[in-house]
Amino acid sequence: MSCVLLETKNLTKIFESGFLRKVYIKAVDNVDIALKEAEVVSLAGQSGSGKTTLAKMILRILEPTSGEIIFQGKNIWRDLKGLKDLKWYWRNVHIIFQNPFANFNPFYKVDRTLRQALELIGIDPDSGEGKKLMREAVEVVGLRPDETLGKYPHQLSGGQLQRIMIARAWIVRPKLLLADEPVSMLDVSTRGKILELFLKLRDEQKTTVLFITHDFGLAYVVSDRIMIMYKGKIIEEGDPEEVFFNPKHEYTKELIESVPTLYRRWKFDL
Amino acid sequence: MKRLEVKNVKAYYRLLIGNKEVDVKAVDGVNLEIRKGEILGLVGESGCGKSTLAKVMSMNIKPPLYFKGGSVVLHTRDGKSIELSKLHKEELKKNIWGKHIAIIPQEAMSALMPTLKIKRIAYDVLRSHNPNITLEETVSVLKKRLEELGLPDWVVDRYPFELSGGMQQRTVIAISTLLNPEVLLVDEPTSALDVSTQKIVIKTLWRLAAKGIVDSMVFITHDISVVRQIADRIAVMYAGKIVEVASTEDIIFEPMHPYTKGLIDSIISLEPEVRKRGLRYIPGQPPNLINPPKGCRFVNRCPFAKDICSTKEPPLTKINHNRLVACWLHIQG
Repeated sequence: MSCVLLETKNLTKIFESGFLRKVYIKAVDNVDIALKEAEVVSLAGQSGSGKTTLAKMILRILEPTSGEIIFQGKNIWRDLKGLKDLKWYWRNVHIIFQNPFANFNPFYKVDRTLRQALELIGIDPDSGEGKKLMREAVEVVGLRPDETLGKYPHQLSGGQLQRIMIARAWIVRPKLLLADEPVSMLDVSTRGKILELFLKLRDEQKTTVLFITHDFGLAYVVSDRIMIMYKGKIIEEGDPEEVFFNPKHEYTKELIESVPTLYRRWKFDL
Repeated sequence: MKRLEVKNVKAYYRLLIGNKEVDVKAVDGVNLEIRKGEILGLVGESGCGKSTLAKVMSMNIKPPLYFKGGSVVLHTRDGKSIELSKLHKEELKKNIWGKHIAIIPQEAMSALMPTLKIKRIAYDVLRSHNPNITLEETVSVLKKRLEELGLPDWVVDRYPFELSGGMQQRTVIAISTLLNPEVLLVDEPTSALDVSTQKIVIKTLWRLAAKGIVDSMVFITHDISVVRQIADRIAVMYAGKIVEVASTEDIIFEPMHPYTKGLIDSIISLEPEVRKRGLRYIPGQPPNLINPPKGCRFVNRCPFAKDICSTKEPPLTKINHNRLVACWLHIQG
């Protein structure tokens, strides 16, 4: 149950800017996190807190300045060699981005995304098995195959496209799925459906899901565990009830008071 | 009681698809009344027509949008009634916008000219209404207003890029209401901001109304949790129609229209009752507004739909003095 899937040790990323006088920004500062199998974790923080930088390093598209990322016992920046190892890693660690429209090439039908996923796991998309898997994946995310397959991205809504990205993840079965603000561009009335699918991946495929979000409400409602990031550090970590209703850090307290609530009204004085 | 009346208004976007002209019926027969001294929240999801309705309320209409029919009437503080939908653009510019109705569109911060100091921007705004005003007078008026809204007065000597996003937004709010208009229309004033800045901007808007600088406000947003903090009433829009209007508390705690109910249930917020309730959503998608369905526009997503719902459109009907609903479950067919 509590088997660690991925952990970081003293992970740091420093960005350098300026020409004559160098400016250094510690975007991620000595971060140690551990993600277990089959859990939903939220990495929550304001813009500029370093959460996306941390995600990019985990995704292995941005090299850390120092520190280690260990995935299933392998240091991903040291032990992965050659295309084969990288393919293995990216089959196991997937990401879903914020903007569903940017994930698709408008010149190709949406099927292409699923076909590529099948190719990644070595199944011919035109074979009987490939076609069956593709239809199955689309059905799992609550879409009708005949209404979605064969369509171009502009013919589908943002929610439908985001669901196809999840269908892709369902085919590839990654161990770890990063989701960078996956519903912030979607309508409120359709968000629940998308979020439910992430929980389904956790329950049915034992996928670990890491939500990267600025939305504390979302983090609170969907997560098994919360990490709050501020100025490159994880300043708060634990059970959602504990983190949000008994925060330790002053920053978290202040931020929570600014989050608009549905059932409670703020009081202002002149 | 009434400040602004929108009566059976239709505003369509004229599009060319292939070589055929079609209308997107973004606002399609809307009746809405903004009361004196109230903050009205206008909520709905993307594409429901709420921003278009804001444009109609100020008659700020540019192609491909056109005004198809209906009327918009403003009742001014000095007791005059002006039918805005009969005025020409020049008259609106000269006599209405800024003076009686201020508009803060989405991403209004980008309207701040980067090469001018804030005081010059305010000067240009005031000068367009009063050619005799001097820069010194503008600065003193602006400083007084900034103070009333809780903003520091050094803002006047800054360039827009020297201010943070939240400060820019609050400056835009201050400048656009310098002439104390009766009505302020704000469209998504907080959606590009961090939560802590968002709260400050909401407080600024609340102050503007509490101090009577503007009399009535229409706050347009997709985020009910934000607008509920200051709105007296909320109007819910769906697919070009107003489906329900009621007090903020009634909309949140006792929604009557199935869409309002579904929408409120879908909201995810940082509150124990929401985590307990779990994830909810409304299945399906809003209809295409080129060919909207004949009956109720929510019919294909509604769990309570009856026969009449797909044949006859439910009119927005008064249930009690504080609530209007357009749904056959609550009105007689």
